[in-house]
Amino acid sequence: MEARIRARVNLALTFFALLFFVAGSSPPRQFVISNAERRIDLSSHIINVHLTLKVENAGTRSASEVVLALTPTEVDHLAMVDASAIKGKRKKTTSVRLEVKPTELPDAPPIDTKYFTIYLANPLNSGESTTLEVLYVFTHFLEPFPAEIAQSESQLVFYHDTALILSPYHIKQQTTFIKTPSTKVESFIRMEPTNRVGTEIKYGPYEDRPPYSISPIHVHFENNSPFAVVEELVQEIEISHWGNIQVTEHYKLIHAGARHKGVFSRVDYQSRQSSNGASSFRYLLARLPPRVHSVYYRDEIGNISSSHLRTDSLKSELQIEPRYPLFGGWKATFVIGYGLPLQDFLFESSDDKRYLNFTFGCPLIGMVVDKLTIKVVLPEGSTDPSPVVPFPVEHHLEAKYSSLDVVGRTVVVLEKKNFVPMHNSHFQVYYSFKPIFMLAEPLMLASAFFMLFVACVAYIHIDLSIRK
Amino acid sequence: MSNSSTSDLLKPFKLKTKQQELLIRVSILCLVYILAFITRLFSVLRYESMIHEFDPYFNYRTTLYLTQHGFYDFWNWFDYESWYPLGRIVGGTLYPGLMVTAALIYRLLHFLRFAVHIREVCVLTAPFFASNTTLVAYFFGKEIWDSGAGLVAAILIAVCPGYISRSVAGSYDNEGVAIFALLFTFYLFVKAVNKGSLAWGLASAFGYFYMVSAWGGYVFIINLIPLYVLVLLITGRYSMRLYVAYNCMYILGMLLAMQIRFVGFQHVQSGEHMAAMGVFFLMQVFYFLDWVKHMLSDTKLFQEFLSITVTCAVAAGGIALGVGMASGYISPWTGRFYSLLDPTYAKDHIPIIASVSEHQPTAWSSFMFDFHILLFLFPAGLYFCFKRLSDATIFIVMYGLTSMYFAGVMVRLILVATPAVCLISAIAVSATVKNLTVLLRSKNKVAQIGSTKGTSSAKASSKASLDQSQPFQKNGAMALLFGAFYLLSRYATHCTWVTSEAYSSPSIVLAARGAHGNRVIFDDYREAYFWLRQNTPPDAKVMSWWDYGYQITAMGNRTVIVDNNTWNNTHIATVGRAMSSYEDEAYEIIRSLDVDYVLVVFGGVTGYSSDDINKFLWMVRIGGGVFPVIKEPDYLVNGEYRVDKGAAPKMLNCLMYKLSYYRFGEMMTEYGKPPG
Repeated sequence: MEARIRARVNLALTFFALLFFVAGSSPPRQFVISNAERRIDLSSHIINVHLTLKVENAGTRSASEVVLALTPTEVDHLAMVDASAIKGKRKKTTSVRLEVKPTELPDAPPIDTKYFTIYLANPLNSGESTTLEVLYVFTHFLEPFPAEIAQSESQLVFYHDTALILSPYHIKQQTTFIKTPSTKVESFIRMEPTNRVGTEIKYGPYEDRPPYSISPIHVHFENNSPFAVVEELVQEIEISHWGNIQVTEHYKLIHAGARHKGVFSRVDYQSRQSSNGASSFRYLLARLPPRVHSVYYRDEIGNISSSHLRTDSLKSELQIEPRYPLFGGWKATFVIGYGLPLQDFLFESSDDKRYLNFTFGCPLIGMVVDKLTIKVVLPEGSTDPSPVVPFPVEHHLEAKYSSLDVVGRTVVVLEKKNFVPMHNSHFQVYYSFKPIFMLAEPLMLASAFFMLFVACVAYIHIDLSIRK
Repeated sequence: MSNSSTSDLLKPFKLKTKQQELLIRVSILCLVYILAFITRLFSVLRYESMIHEFDPYFNYRTTLYLTQHGFYDFWNWFDYESWYPLGRIVGGTLYPGLMVTAALIYRLLHFLRFAVHIREVCVLTAPFFASNTTLVAYFFGKEIWDSGAGLVAAILIAVCPGYISRSVAGSYDNEGVAIFALLFTFYLFVKAVNKGSLAWGLASAFGYFYMVSAWGGYVFIINLIPLYVLVLLITGRYSMRLYVAYNCMYILGMLLAMQIRFVGFQHVQSGEHMAAMGVFFLMQVFYFLDWVKHMLSDTKLFQEFLSITVTCAVAAGGIALGVGMASGYISPWTGRFYSLLDPTYAKDHIPIIASVSEHQPTAWSSFMFDFHILLFLFPAGLYFCFKRLSDATIFIVMYGLTSMYFAGVMVRLILVATPAVCLISAIAVSATVKNLTVLLRSKNKVAQIGSTKGTSSAKASSKASLDQSQPFQKNGAMALLFGAFYLLSRYATHCTWVTSEAYSSPSIVLAARGAHGNRVIFDDYREAYFWLRQNTPPDAKVMSWWDYGYQITAMGNRTVIVDNNTWNNTHIATVGRAMSSYEDEAYEIIRSLDVDYVLVVFGGVTGYSSDDINKFLWMVRIGGGVFPVIKEPDYLVNGEYRVDKGAAPKMLNCLMYKLSYYRFGEMMTEYGKPPG
């Protein structure tokens, strides 16, 4: 721990030293950020950073690519980056989503920096300015310190960042707000002007900072929100044209906060809840589609009896309780399964194909999913499947043998790493299917029974004895 | 109009009486088959589709291994996860019949494209075999009495609580298939004796092989059948049929049984199997004598020859046995076998057998609980059997009497007695009802004497008055029939009630009624096991009392020191010693066993009585049996076992007590009660 902090400080010093060499080189220097405001929300283990940039084209040519800079550590933990342009004034603002892509800049500065490019909808002419809103979502970014806590302690974490926004552009004025979940802040590095009011720490405003200025800070604060991380989620969506969609979700859950130390006393945990196990969690809430039926919740060794299902016309909420409360470093694996009516999710497209329209995401609320795998099991006999997902995912095909399958079912496998709730969106899988295949299995069964009876009749009527 | 047309239509379907009877019989059998299966599904309905109790978890784990790794790996499996640091040669120390059966069913279902999980197969194996047992009971009853008795036997055994207790869904234990195998072997053997055919003898040898592969209770077969043969010889019922049946069954059955590694050469080496061998040789002598008698026409000469041969044969047998015993070639009887013959033996010599609750002598109440009216029908059935003695009825009588004795010695052996009791009771029911209906149907017009008897006395009189020659009035017969019907319906209600209330609990999950009548589930066992599975290092060793060994390895997936396969008494005693020593001494012992976690079960908070404190005296006894440092009186106060403040100082300071009552004083168990 100590060593890591020192390493970070060293790194920061190197940055400063490098600053002087760096200034003046690299990316298209034609933009100037006239005003930057950054709001960092540390209230859970998913960190949202809202960055509002007022970008001004100070160059001579019109340009449409604005570059964002992030440190490699940040990029490693980055789950999502999203940018939109703000149009209009005051109350009548509308935002337009913009495309963001990771880029490599050839003349990168000696500081280790990774870049994302925002492609503006309309090129910005010389002298014009526009307002961009950028959202970064980071996961696994808070570092528990102390790394091990006992049952009665609450969890303290470090947040590392820089007081100045890392940017390849000159920033005229910038402010950073850090919001902590409670007023309990152990320590934070000041960089004047710094101001702390309630749960908010304000850095800045700082004027006229050259590109690549940084100033490392950290905040050490209490964060008892559940650090629930799904290490792996495999969601299997099995389509049956007989009217049902069966969803099976395999979870590998871990508490990614400060590791639990010493004994666990159930008695203390239940009788003195206020002072015990503040960072642990007992309940998880899953939001399932409406009209869900035959819900089950189990694991390798059997059913887990502690769950409640509430349904109404808009949504179903499943509250589940793992077998034991999860403390730091503890794991739990379980399976949730449910059935859904087919007509809510399967539609026919205009080109005579069918498509499944389903939510790409994890039904558990507030979860980080390190690896999300969605397997769409198409009915036997479906051909040319093609998935449509709003963000890049890896996908490939598999085969699966379920009950009464002869040739196997086509499985479309979609994989996404580092998934956060903000990713939740719909995706579609298109495929073609001939209705005649629906009859294959009933016919098979019928013929099997028919054969059996024929065999019985034959056996009764045939005399196999040798003697007459 | 429509009536006549339907009757016209139905005309071609009109069946002859014989066909009608067949149809009724087949449909009753089908219904019984289904009934036997679904009545065992109470546990799935009440709880869930899960494996029950202790041993089934081991069976499940091995079956899982078998399906994942194949038969050869299973056969050569050395299990590092149990009996640390000794390990266990699983393939050589289990009866593989159950696992192989389940794996075959699993393979078959998958071959037929039914994607089932192996757990469901395991859960439903016992009910499936119970259904098959009803079929065997039918054929067996048909063989020894008539098809009516067979049908009644099938119905009785389908719902008999004595059998259900070991064959509910989830009770994935050897007994589940073994009772089927046992009854099937007996049936085939009786059939072979009746028919005298080699084919049936061969079939019974294979039945015996299956039984040997499935359960240690095969020893019962290999002793009962020779005993039966001996009785037949003594009563002068020796015949060629018997000779063929027994020799074929014994020789082939023995050779086949030797293929099971756990049994190996026991058939020729162990004291328990010597009776069968002795009878086998006796049979040869008998046959030889028969042949000589046939050749020699002189009776006097034969008498002399007979005395010489018998003396020689007995002497040779005695010497062979003596030499075998003395040289150690023939092993003496095992403790379990002794404890069957002498119920007090285990209590004095082998505490580890005596500590198991299902090895206790049976109480009358549990006989009543498990057999209900069969307990009264049994003597009646015996009476009918004696009235119509044949080779087959002698067999069922012997089976019934011996198994009843064993059932009295050990609770769990009620299971073995159940088929016999059902069959004999079925004979009683069937014979009674048949006599009564014959009486009702006869046009015999006898003047009515006396008034009708009440249903309450119907039972007693039904047994006393089965002499057909005695003229009976119709009303009396009617009343008796109703009485029988009433009793049988009581039996059915009782069985259903027992199955749903008593025998369907998985004992892993406990259910209780809450204060508002709601159902409260205690799932603490699985919580603990699952925590071990998820949050301990994969090579962690867990020490617990041996009851939980199988469950920890199966559900917790961690290495245990001792488990329910109690093959090494010293190892268990070491654990018992650690539990009953002072903390510092216990620490040394535990370190020497390389233990990372200790699991104790304490039910003080919820009032769960079968916890480790309750079992603690057995730990002391078993520990003290090997390590004399541990003395039972140290833990007792004036011969009383106390756990409160007045307990013995050694008790208050031993590891088990410290672990169980750790900070218990701060707890409130219930409102209005003092803490602790």
